Amino acid sequence: MKYVDTALVQKRMNSRLLLNTFAKTVFLLSTLFGLVVLAVLIFRVASGGLGWINIDFLTGRLSTHADRAGIMGAILGTLWLMLVVAPVTMFVGVGTAIYLECYAKKGRIHSIIQTNISNLAGVPSIVFGILGLTIFVRAMDFGNVILAGGLTMSLLVLPIVVVASQEAIRAVPAHLSEASFGMGATKWQTIKNIILPAALPGILTGAILSLSRAIGETAPLVVIGIPALLIPFPGGIMDRFTVLPMQIYYWTLDSSLVAEYANLAAATIVVLLVVLFLLNSIAIVIRNKFQQRY
Amino acid sequence: MMALSQKVNVEYNQNGGSVENPVLDKKVVYDTKDLNLWYGKDHALKNINLAIYEKEVTAIIGPSGCGKSTYIKTLNRMVQLVPSVRISGEISYRGKSILDKSYQVEDLRTRVGMVFQKPNPFPKSIYDNVAYGPRIHGIKNKKILDQIVEKSLRGAAIWDEVKERLHENAYGLSGGQQQRLCIARCLAIEPDVILMDEPTSALDPKSTLKVEELIQELKKEYSIIIVTHNMQQAARISDKTAFFLNGEVVEYDQTDVIFSNPSDKRTEDYITGRFG
Repeated sequence: MKYVDTALVQKRMNSRLLLNTFAKTVFLLSTLFGLVVLAVLIFRVASGGLGWINIDFLTGRLSTHADRAGIMGAILGTLWLMLVVAPVTMFVGVGTAIYLECYAKKGRIHSIIQTNISNLAGVPSIVFGILGLTIFVRAMDFGNVILAGGLTMSLLVLPIVVVASQEAIRAVPAHLSEASFGMGATKWQTIKNIILPAALPGILTGAILSLSRAIGETAPLVVIGIPALLIPFPGGIMDRFTVLPMQIYYWTLDSSLVAEYANLAAATIVVLLVVLFLLNSIAIVIRNKFQQRY
Repeated sequence: MMALSQKVNVEYNQNGGSVENPVLDKKVVYDTKDLNLWYGKDHALKNINLAIYEKEVTAIIGPSGCGKSTYIKTLNRMVQLVPSVRISGEISYRGKSILDKSYQVEDLRTRVGMVFQKPNPFPKSIYDNVAYGPRIHGIKNKKILDQIVEKSLRGAAIWDEVKERLHENAYGLSGGQQQRLCIARCLAIEPDVILMDEPTSALDPKSTLKVEELIQELKKEYSIIIVTHNMQQAARISDKTAFFLNGEVVEYDQTDVIFSNPSDKRTEDYITGRFG
């Protein structure tokens, strides 16, 4: 006797196919939703801002006069901020990941630390701003300078780097590190020669993504107190500074006073988006170029 | 269970006598006494007593899960990479207890090389793979490294196949070549003992034959302990064979005795293919 009733299968065939088409449509619409919003955003920003981007705008100093304002100070400030954030997060983040994955004993304390790092990634950025204000600006008395902002940003993106690096380290096949241990290599030699080179693409991808997060973050810097109008260019990590997203924020805030500020904000957004796009592309290229199969 | 393990021990001791007679002139490399090992609650090795002699091939056979891989990994303490592992008893290597905390594990693994089940070259050039061990032990001189690399690759019978492409990635080699490269990499640290954990199980018959011939060659200079699934392989290449079952040594004797005239019924059943 047959258990599969052919007539019943035939009867249900149509409704199964219909359901499949329905599911496909729903998921296509979800995808389009994001794409359409992005397209509208880019169109709005580009139409408002592209006309304002020229050499004078990119290299000029800030000004209250919309037609004379430039964003060189904010670009330099962003670069200086990254000069603090990149080394601090790379060193501390990768170091934490190495310790947790390779040295720390797996147990209760390990899992508590692990949970907290994951939770830290979900803490709102403004809370990190308050932390930075309390510790770096006030307690350590740096003032609202690049160093304080950079350290605050580092704290903010650290969990991303830690988690990404941990995953990259975990993905290195055990048989490679076993081969190294089997020849009498110490843990550090194995990490340096085998694990880190193999994990590098993943670590770099995480690092670059975290940097692009740091470049776009505004809230912590608002709390730290970035000046709304800063004419001099920053020249070192103890100088006061402004960054691209802060400039966007202040110009948008004041666009009710001077209508052209909205265009300046839009132009700055275009510059920021281009920078972020470049960084993400670099991350993808690195990932593809160094990815190895074992 | 208790009675069973006692019985095994008695049998082992009886065999122990016959094992030592023909090899009185050979030195013991590894002496294992009352070794017990647990993975968490799982009792993986039970009262292991084995003496392994130098410049011989000692084969360890047994069905899957019998503890043979665990045992060989205990000999260079790789088993301790598993966090939940617990060990009691004693293993002495050349008279020194290696389970003692004071025995530096890096030092042990410099003297005892290991070849793994799956060929596991590093994603580096052939040259850098072989030079890896000497380099981590601080040898930087290019000329000396060149010599070590050539000697090791010759020792592993792969020199002629790779001498033209030493600086190409090792992943371009075939599986059998990769495994011989791993043996070369192991020889480069000039070990005393080579542990091989099913070194041919991932290889085709032709490559297997090459590795077996190589093992015959290597035993002139090294003591070799090999875990194998393949009983014909154990019979072909080893001088002594230990039969493991459920974490115990059922029988340990000269290989020809094990395969022609085993004293334990379970050994006979296993080698005649009745189980496992």
